[in-house]
Amino acid sequence: MNQTTADYEEMLRKKTTEEGEYFLSGHGLCAGCAEPIIVRHILQVAGPNTIVVNATGCLEVSSSGFPNTAWAVPWIHVAFENAAAVASGVDAALKALGKREGVNIIAMAGDGGTFDIGFQALSGMLERGHRVLYVVLDNEAYMNTGIQRSSATPWGASTTTTPPGKKSLGESRDKKPIAAIVAAHDVPYVATASVAFIPDLRKKVQKALSVDGPSFLHVFSPCPTGWYFPSDMTIEMARLAVETGVFVLWEVENGDFNNLRVTRKIKNRKPVIEYLKLQRRFRHIVKNPELVEKIQKMVDEKCQRYGVDAD
Amino acid sequence: MVKIYPGAVIPRPATALVNKTGTWRTIRPVVDEEKCKYCNICWQFCPDTAITKADPKQKIPVVINYDYCKGCGLCAHECPSGAIEMVEERK
Amino acid sequence: MKDVIKGNFATAVAAKLARVNVVPAYPITPSTLFPEQISEFIANGEMDAELVLVESEHSAMSAAIGASAVGARVATATASQGLELMHEMLFIASGMRLPIVMAVGNRALSAPINIWCDHQDTISARDSGWMQFYAENNQEALDLMLMAFKIAEDRRVLLPAMVGLDAFVLTHTIEPVDIPEQEKVDEFLPPYKPLYTLDPQRPMTFGSFGTPAHYMEFKKSQTDAMERARGVIDEVFSQFKEMFGREYNQVTPFMTDDADIIIVSMGSMSGTVREAVREMRKEGKKVGLLKITTLRPFPGKKIVELTGHARAIAVMDRNISPGFGGAVFGEISAAFINRERRPKIYDYIVGLGGRDIVLEDIRHIVESTEKKISDPSAEPVEWVNVHPEEVIE
Repeated sequence: MNQTTADYEEMLRKKTTEEGEYFLSGHGLCAGCAEPIIVRHILQVAGPNTIVVNATGCLEVSSSGFPNTAWAVPWIHVAFENAAAVASGVDAALKALGKREGVNIIAMAGDGGTFDIGFQALSGMLERGHRVLYVVLDNEAYMNTGIQRSSATPWGASTTTTPPGKKSLGESRDKKPIAAIVAAHDVPYVATASVAFIPDLRKKVQKALSVDGPSFLHVFSPCPTGWYFPSDMTIEMARLAVETGVFVLWEVENGDFNNLRVTRKIKNRKPVIEYLKLQRRFRHIVKNPELVEKIQKMVDEKCQRYGVDAD
Repeated sequence: MVKIYPGAVIPRPATALVNKTGTWRTIRPVVDEEKCKYCNICWQFCPDTAITKADPKQKIPVVINYDYCKGCGLCAHECPSGAIEMVEERK
Repeated sequence: MKDVIKGNFATAVAAKLARVNVVPAYPITPSTLFPEQISEFIANGEMDAELVLVESEHSAMSAAIGASAVGARVATATASQGLELMHEMLFIASGMRLPIVMAVGNRALSAPINIWCDHQDTISARDSGWMQFYAENNQEALDLMLMAFKIAEDRRVLLPAMVGLDAFVLTHTIEPVDIPEQEKVDEFLPPYKPLYTLDPQRPMTFGSFGTPAHYMEFKKSQTDAMERARGVIDEVFSQFKEMFGREYNQVTPFMTDDADIIIVSMGSMSGTVREAVREMRKEGKKVGLLKITTLRPFPGKKIVELTGHARAIAVMDRNISPGFGGAVFGEISAAFINRERRPKIYDYIVGLGGRDIVLEDIRHIVESTEKKISDPSAEPVEWVNVHPEEVIE
């Protein structure tokens, strides 16, 4: 150990008590990964009275290699598909022990552990009304196992299980509309957010933690390793996703879709190619204007439906 | 000798601080203190909690913790004032 | 207080008496009455607990783990397919050293789907790191469930425990049971004091990533805890006897001292065996019964001590591993394997999928064993009371 206990104690105290940081340095996430950025801000808003329930995935594996943990709040990892069920147990136990008041319970999982294998547990937790904020860190594939498709993988994306070739154009389905599905459970607060728009994200975390019941944040989390772009472009990628309408920032309360609020309307929406051309996972699409046009149409339709374009 | 706690519990917070990920770098961010406008956007986007916030009142610019900085370049890329430059890491 | 109650009611009332904090549960035959009864206790104000009506058994064990990590006393119940669905979570609960207690209504596994009694479900979980107890009757179901909390929560152990009670034979059958008084249970079982908890005042990381550098040491430490459980189980059994007057043993001999043939059984069928042994003794046959109550940790030494003198051991296995035989037979054989003098050991596959086990079956087992003793080429594994149907291959 090239660090004294005093150094550790001092740094811990400074970072947590003075700077309000509860996800600290020394983790093994890729250089330029969006997940730790998102988690830092969620915990800054939530504060130390927070228990995190983390599904198996990049974040969990890279932040909890025994005996090193990057977490300065109580944290539990159990398995891949059950963050929502474990969080339900944490909620029930705190209530039973009279310790529920003032404690945030935040479940964090990737798109794999949420859209697919974690879907049942998520729906169950929402339906039972547990006071848990569920955050999905969406990097659009099973990244921890090496970039396989999930139901969050967008149409046309290249992954290791949807490789483009003579008989394939990459992923053949569009993203499962997870936030809309969650909102259809009529839970108090559901929103989408992006690592590129931190004040918007932080406001949504604040709102989510204030409701008395389940809340859900779908956070767009670009992956330099899995989408194949340089590590310093993560924020720009997330920004472009919003500015082209690929990812829409919205919020809904209590399943009231009629009053869905787009929290960032886009003026002069950029063409989708600006976003696609920067990621090698879309290289085969970008080569073919017809395919780009197909994606543009899908995005246009979605933007129309949500009312993304500012007048 | 590592202590084997029951259930592989790690009973203390943030023990990963012992892991100096600065060794990952091949390029490092260098802050031009004159150009820093104390906006803290680099602090906002650092994935490794390796930047200490600037203090606009005291006019103290951001400070990079090279023990942990992985050299991802996000700070340099996002800085609106061009105050951070990525330079090659020297041995 | 003496009452006549079903096995499911016995385990539910044990959870109530143990002042369990959280019950995450999902219905499955034959254990469904457990969450139903808990919900009634709570609705009547008799029990102060959070009942989490999860959407699957996998989520039931997941929620149990989350709740236990916070420091709550947790209980649940399941059976058969439900136990299988939560299979991966069993290993995790034990690996995370959480003292969850679970009643399992021992039921056969699909396919074909079958809701009746055998031991395949809990037998299939015997590698999971859970302690395992098998009840012969509803009194045992209640008592073992209560004791399970005390054993599991002991700092020397910190392992989850499952109590098996036979589907329908015990779960749904009314038997006379002495239900302990709450005050005495409170004295016997103080509140749970966890070693580590999810507590914002003392942040800890649960469920870390164990690389090849450390994993084996964790498994060894978990195994050592299971070994320590042997002593703790005996201690708790003895404390229970002092407090409530009923005696329990990890294995219980009946008329084995001078027995030539000792029948080993587990669960409710032990009652039938005991009756058969009494009858056969009257006829002059030197037979005895060894009832196993604790399967994990496996009481190999005790079994060897109590049966090593016999000419033969007839193990009744209410489970089957196709291509091998019964589990209890396998484990008892392993306990004897390196000994100079050892009895013959034979395996009898009985009562699968709720096939009744009757006195005639026990007689047949003894007769068959007598024949095999003098035949070195005899097959060790025999199926009892399989109907001569026409099987289409």
